Amino acid sequence: MNVDPVLMSRLITTMTLGFHIIFATLGVGIPLMISIAEFIGVKKKDPHYRMLARRWARGFVITVAVGVVTGTAIGLQLSLVWPEFMQVAGNVISLPLFMEVFAFFFEAIFLGMYLYTWDRFKKPFTHWLLSLPVVIGGGLSAIFITTVNAFMNTPEGFTMANGAFAAVNPITAMFNPATPSKVFHVLTSAYVTCAAILAAISAFMMLRKKASDYHKKALKLTVTVTFIFASLTAIAGDLSAKFLAEHQSEKLAAAEWHFETEKGADLIMFGWLDEQNEPRYEFRFPKLLSFLAHSDFNSEVTGLEEFPEEVRPPLWIHYMFDLMTAIGIFLLAVSMLYLIFSKVKKWNEHNKGLLILIFLSGPLAFLAIEFGWILAEEGRQPWIIRGYMTVEEAATSSPYIGLMFWLFLGLYIVLGTLCTVTLRKMFRSNPAEEELEKLYPTIEKGDDS
Amino acid sequence: MSYEMIGITVLWIFLYGYLIVASVDFGAGFYAYYAKITKKDHVMNQLISRYLSPVWEVTNVFFVFFFVGVVGFFPDTAHYYGTALLVPGSIAIILLAIRGSFYAFENYGSKKSNVYMFLYGATGLLIPASLSMALTLSEGGFIVEENGVVSLKYFKLFTNPYSWSVVFLAIVSVLFISATFLTFYAARANDRPALTLVRKYALFWSVPTIIASLTAFIALSQHNQRHYEAMLDLWWMFGLSVGFFLIAMALLYQGKHYGLAFISVMFQFFFAFFGYGAGHLPYILDPYITITEGATHQSMGFALIVAFIAGLCLLIPSLILLMRLFLFDADYVKGKR
Repeated sequence: MNVDPVLMSRLITTMTLGFHIIFATLGVGIPLMISIAEFIGVKKKDPHYRMLARRWARGFVITVAVGVVTGTAIGLQLSLVWPEFMQVAGNVISLPLFMEVFAFFFEAIFLGMYLYTWDRFKKPFTHWLLSLPVVIGGGLSAIFITTVNAFMNTPEGFTMANGAFAAVNPITAMFNPATPSKVFHVLTSAYVTCAAILAAISAFMMLRKKASDYHKKALKLTVTVTFIFASLTAIAGDLSAKFLAEHQSEKLAAAEWHFETEKGADLIMFGWLDEQNEPRYEFRFPKLLSFLAHSDFNSEVTGLEEFPEEVRPPLWIHYMFDLMTAIGIFLLAVSMLYLIFSKVKKWNEHNKGLLILIFLSGPLAFLAIEFGWILAEEGRQPWIIRGYMTVEEAATSSPYIGLMFWLFLGLYIVLGTLCTVTLRKMFRSNPAEEELEKLYPTIEKGDDS
Repeated sequence: MSYEMIGITVLWIFLYGYLIVASVDFGAGFYAYYAKITKKDHVMNQLISRYLSPVWEVTNVFFVFFFVGVVGFFPDTAHYYGTALLVPGSIAIILLAIRGSFYAFENYGSKKSNVYMFLYGATGLLIPASLSMALTLSEGGFIVEENGVVSLKYFKLFTNPYSWSVVFLAIVSVLFISATFLTFYAARANDRPALTLVRKYALFWSVPTIIASLTAFIALSQHNQRHYEAMLDLWWMFGLSVGFFLIAMALLYQGKHYGLAFISVMFQFFFAFFGYGAGHLPYILDPYITITEGATHQSMGFALIVAFIAGLCLLIPSLILLMRLFLFDADYVKGKR
């Protein structure tokens, strides 16, 4: 079998990142949820919330372990699989990479402290304070690493001299045009996803057994947070589209199957392309793309035909865009529905249908993360550094790359399976209600059911 | 001092930091498994897991810090090492992944598993062996660039006495450093049975450590004359290293001041490691990358150093807090909290 090293390099990176991104998202969002739950618990002196924080933290450790090792993998793979890219771009992006490691370091130190000092301090607030550096560290590492990716989309902060980067300004490179919208979108979507997955767990428990107070409180907290961050993610998505229209219009045009530059452009959802590259069976929202791109229904949106064929992204990213936005709207709708139901006295917010929808929103949120990420990455093909270096020039020349792919595939299958098995065992054998009684014997009977 | 000199010094300090904390970690994993198969696990495992649990992720970061920093300060390393190390590097990643995640599965999961324990112990010895390979490669002769294509000469590498002496040194040093640390930790915890056991390990592994150091020294003289002579010029550093080794041995043998003994071991490796590193300069990869020609742009080098100082202001207080909570808190070490 003759494998193309460039294709294999791309596949390895896709696989590693696709796997890592699940745990990275959890690493950014879960600490926030833990911190909120513990804060409420301490403030209200409510053992339910403190137990929530404890149990989430315990599960979180397992996912952190996988996040750390796959993060190490991607860090090393950057140089192993894309040596020529790192040789050139290393001059410009090593600052944020370096800072990301610092943020990660900071987070790792305090996570260890947080996990092993539950009952060591006289004041419970002292322990809660330890959760803040974990939240901040997780957020900061997401911000720094996103600036690297933003740089690859809209490179700035250097001049070209004899085919190499010169006159490098690391700060300008970090705060390139893509940074603000990307950082905003990455953070909000990580928070909404984690809230949604925790809500899904509570909904699942309530579907299986009669709802206990513990799970009801968990659901209320997580769905409320889901709603807040789903709204913010929608705003972030809108900002990203406006950014794309201005700085990376070929990505937006490919995602929207917008071929000819025109005023009052329609937004196209779903459908597929026929042989003449005409969309079929699509939903058309008149003039909405113009509005999405420039906040004006009659503005001009650049079409794909303005770009030479060899630098156009693949057209299938349209489906990624559709799926991501559809899930985003679904999350917003379901969480809003729950909140409305819980406000109206006569309606039961814990009815089976709604619980099923909440349960679905967890895994769907993760899918949206993957789709959105694929959209962003495939949307800048064929470039690795847009306008300067193609993926073909950046990949390794080593003939062993194909073999490495299978090795890593095996690793991720093993890690993914064992992580799931461990998490299931951990919570199955030790239900929340039993643990609550053990730790807080004062809790009135009847709480567990 | 030029910025590239500061850069390489900082990175070398971090690699040294990794060498110490990772050795403690890797060795402890091996001892934990060894104790299990020799049915002494009840003596040791409590001690090891109390120390390891809060710090295991921190260890990994030292390593990530080092390789991200090297590529940042010296981007040419990506071109040479990146291409040549694809296979050994990937294997090291996989070993690290198995080790890190299995530790969590084993310790926080509900069921104890012998297979996890075995893999955790075995990777503890295989990882230092595979990582030390990078040091061997840096001596030159194994990574070759022909017509712009970089490749690694595997046959030459696996038949070379120097590369094997480095692997051997890495493994025995890990076991020695780890045992000295655990001796200190057991003494603090007032854990007599564990202390007797790990002190025996420390004394046992000291002999191969010093033999392996000498062997590696001699093998280097055969492989890279220039580096060897540069190291001879720094003879006093290696003299200090041996001196601290003797102090550590004396303390361990007499069975007192274990904290001081561990610090002596840290100094022993500090001087040997820095003597080795200083002799290696100006090459990062002999003969392709030197620290001056391979360095990044001045503005980036400067920014990295600023980021580094700012980062340290954040990290050092946090690390001190971590140590006070888990390493020097007598009640915690004794298992009362």
